[in-house]
Amino acid sequence: MSDLTTSLDFVPEGHEASIVSLLGGHGLSGRLAALGFTPGVTIRVLRNPPRGPIIVNVLDTCIALGRGQARHVLVRPRGR
Amino acid sequence: MATVSQVPGTPGARRLTIALAGQPNVGKSTVFNMLTGLNQHVGNWPGKTVEMRSGTLEHHGLVLDVIDLPGTYSLTAASPEEVITREYILQERPDVVMVVINASSVERNLYLVTELMALSCPLAIGLNMMDVAAQEGYTIHPEVLSEAIGVPVVPMTAARGLGVHEFLDAAIEVAQRQEPQQVNRPEIRADHRDVLERVLAVIAGFVPEPYPADWVALKLLEGDQQITGLVTDWLPTPAWEELQDVLRAHEDAIVAVASGRYAWISQVARAAMTRPRAGHVTITQRIDAYATHPFWGLVVLAVVMAAIFGLTYAIGGPMQGWVDSAVMGPLARWTGAALAQAPEWVRGLAVDGIIGGVGTMLTFLPILVVFFAGMGFLEDVGYMARAAYVMDGFMHSIGLHGKSFMPLFLGFGCNVPAIMGARILESRRDRILTIMLAPLVPCTARLAVLTVLAQAFFPDRAVLVTVGMTALPLVVLALSGIVIRKVFLKNIQSAFIMEMPLYHLPNGRTIGMTVWQRTVAFLKKAGTVILAVSVVVWALVTFPGGDVDSSYMAAVGHLLEPVGDLMGLSWRSIVAILSSFVAKENAVATLSVLYGVGEQGSGLRSLMGTEFTPASGLAFLAVEMLFIPCVATLAVIRQETGSWKWVLVNVLFLGLLALVGGIIVYHLARLWL
Repeated sequence: MSDLTTSLDFVPEGHEASIVSLLGGHGLSGRLAALGFTPGVTIRVLRNPPRGPIIVNVLDTCIALGRGQARHVLVRPRGR
Repeated sequence: MATVSQVPGTPGARRLTIALAGQPNVGKSTVFNMLTGLNQHVGNWPGKTVEMRSGTLEHHGLVLDVIDLPGTYSLTAASPEEVITREYILQERPDVVMVVINASSVERNLYLVTELMALSCPLAIGLNMMDVAAQEGYTIHPEVLSEAIGVPVVPMTAARGLGVHEFLDAAIEVAQRQEPQQVNRPEIRADHRDVLERVLAVIAGFVPEPYPADWVALKLLEGDQQITGLVTDWLPTPAWEELQDVLRAHEDAIVAVASGRYAWISQVARAAMTRPRAGHVTITQRIDAYATHPFWGLVVLAVVMAAIFGLTYAIGGPMQGWVDSAVMGPLARWTGAALAQAPEWVRGLAVDGIIGGVGTMLTFLPILVVFFAGMGFLEDVGYMARAAYVMDGFMHSIGLHGKSFMPLFLGFGCNVPAIMGARILESRRDRILTIMLAPLVPCTARLAVLTVLAQAFFPDRAVLVTVGMTALPLVVLALSGIVIRKVFLKNIQSAFIMEMPLYHLPNGRTIGMTVWQRTVAFLKKAGTVILAVSVVVWALVTFPGGDVDSSYMAAVGHLLEPVGDLMGLSWRSIVAILSSFVAKENAVATLSVLYGVGEQGSGLRSLMGTEFTPASGLAFLAVEMLFIPCVATLAVIRQETGSWKWVLVNVLFLGLLALVGGIIVYHLARLWL
């Protein structure tokens, strides 16, 4: 994996990524930040099916995230 | 602050108010149930459709009022639950806040603790689910955590009753301290320290009690709409404009605030815990390899649903028969005999009106209890979040939200708790849509009518008819969802953000409490609304003449005869359907009364060929499955949406569906049968 920035929904299953920034308004960023999606934090993608929500592990908890919301999380992939 | 008051019967006892806070999935309800037992009151927070639970207990000569605050991840103004929690703490100033945190996700859970610290309320932390954390490979040292935060931290496994009393003792100790609690508070991320200072300087002197000025400053930076609104009123115009300039330059500050809190948390947690070693495969991961798999997840869900239905009818079915024959039958006979001397209308009212209406409904109790227990089990062990996850794609395609699956599934038991269950949806639009569609899920009462009539009308094809007529309202539900999404909602989709909790062993007490609350909700409706309407309907079919054929209800039936003609239904069938408005199972009773046949299969069977044709029989079943929900469901729609408008919309929507559905089924059946 390169160290280009991408959005979370492009990170394949089983891969890790570190959060770069959150896009979107106060509402969504606020909710995501409270759940631990803050810059610098490492997250692991557990499920990324072709369609439907993804599941990530962030700060020891599994969070299911709609693709629309995952698109608002900018990350730097780290590989397996 | 701490109040001293006299409690009747306990002279001189001191009274303390304790608020219980925590994120979702931390076992907070288990702790609350353990503390208060059945001595609790369930209601709503004033003006909100958010459940409020409170209870009282006596402990070491103290009277403790415990308020269970809603489960929230943070305390921004994003949801009514979060506003309720912080407003309660600020306005009511409980003597201590007991925060329950989950030992297997300490960092994420401490986020709420940092928000509570900013409110300057006395705190005690219960580190719950120590067993699950150990099983997942975490080691945690509560005393290190306690030292780092400056708040007592008590390890617990509430599901097995361990540590709850120690947690309560620690909280009481905090509540009774004279000097304020010295907590080690987090700071904002370094690059935003200056701007926080500037905001504080602008608002200083304008913030009224009970709001702490530094908390208000943080919330302003977070872009909190409720607080921003309040500050607009507090500040004179020049100060407000200055504040606006500062805030506009830092619109992303919420992430900085959260980062600051998490930086503090990671420092605190680092010393206090060790994580599972890499490569450690936990039980949750093993189960989720199937339960959240795009294909196997659906298979697991289908098996789980089949098991719940199988259990419900295997255990609840015979019990229902027993209640009917051993309780309700004798009760009706006994009442009839006891009132033998009374005027005939009194006997009719008691036996047919009250026992017939409310009593029949009560026979569904065993089925409902078993079904609710199955659902409660799935919720408690943590499976329901997986069900919502694997169903999200399908739910979206019919205009609903993954989380709508849970309330809709509850609807197979009874529509009343299904509509109340729609509270788990965050956006009002999703909630209303789920509520409007929920009555299309065939409840136990409707399924019972269907089974009896399909057996009587179509003895050779009973299974096919039953399955088809169960599927009909569900297909209509899906189609209606698609149409509503495309036409009215312009494909807007709301956020799907949901925690998948770790699986854990079920707690009988928590499940029991859920079953109890849902059953009581059902019984309350049976005891009030249904009782009242049963009496009215009894009067309509009895007066003025004393027999059904010349009653007011018959007049209504005759009035609607042209509508019935469209689907081959006589006025009697129409009356039977109208009477199912009280409670769905009334349809069978009314049919048998109107046609003067018994409720047994043979009596009803004789109607086929004489009163019904196969086509009109099918149309009758279709209308029964689609028609407006029972009165209890409408009452709860009024309660949950807060307006009669949605009740009316629902009646018109389902009435129209039933009419169109009945006509289509009748004419299609005539072509083929």
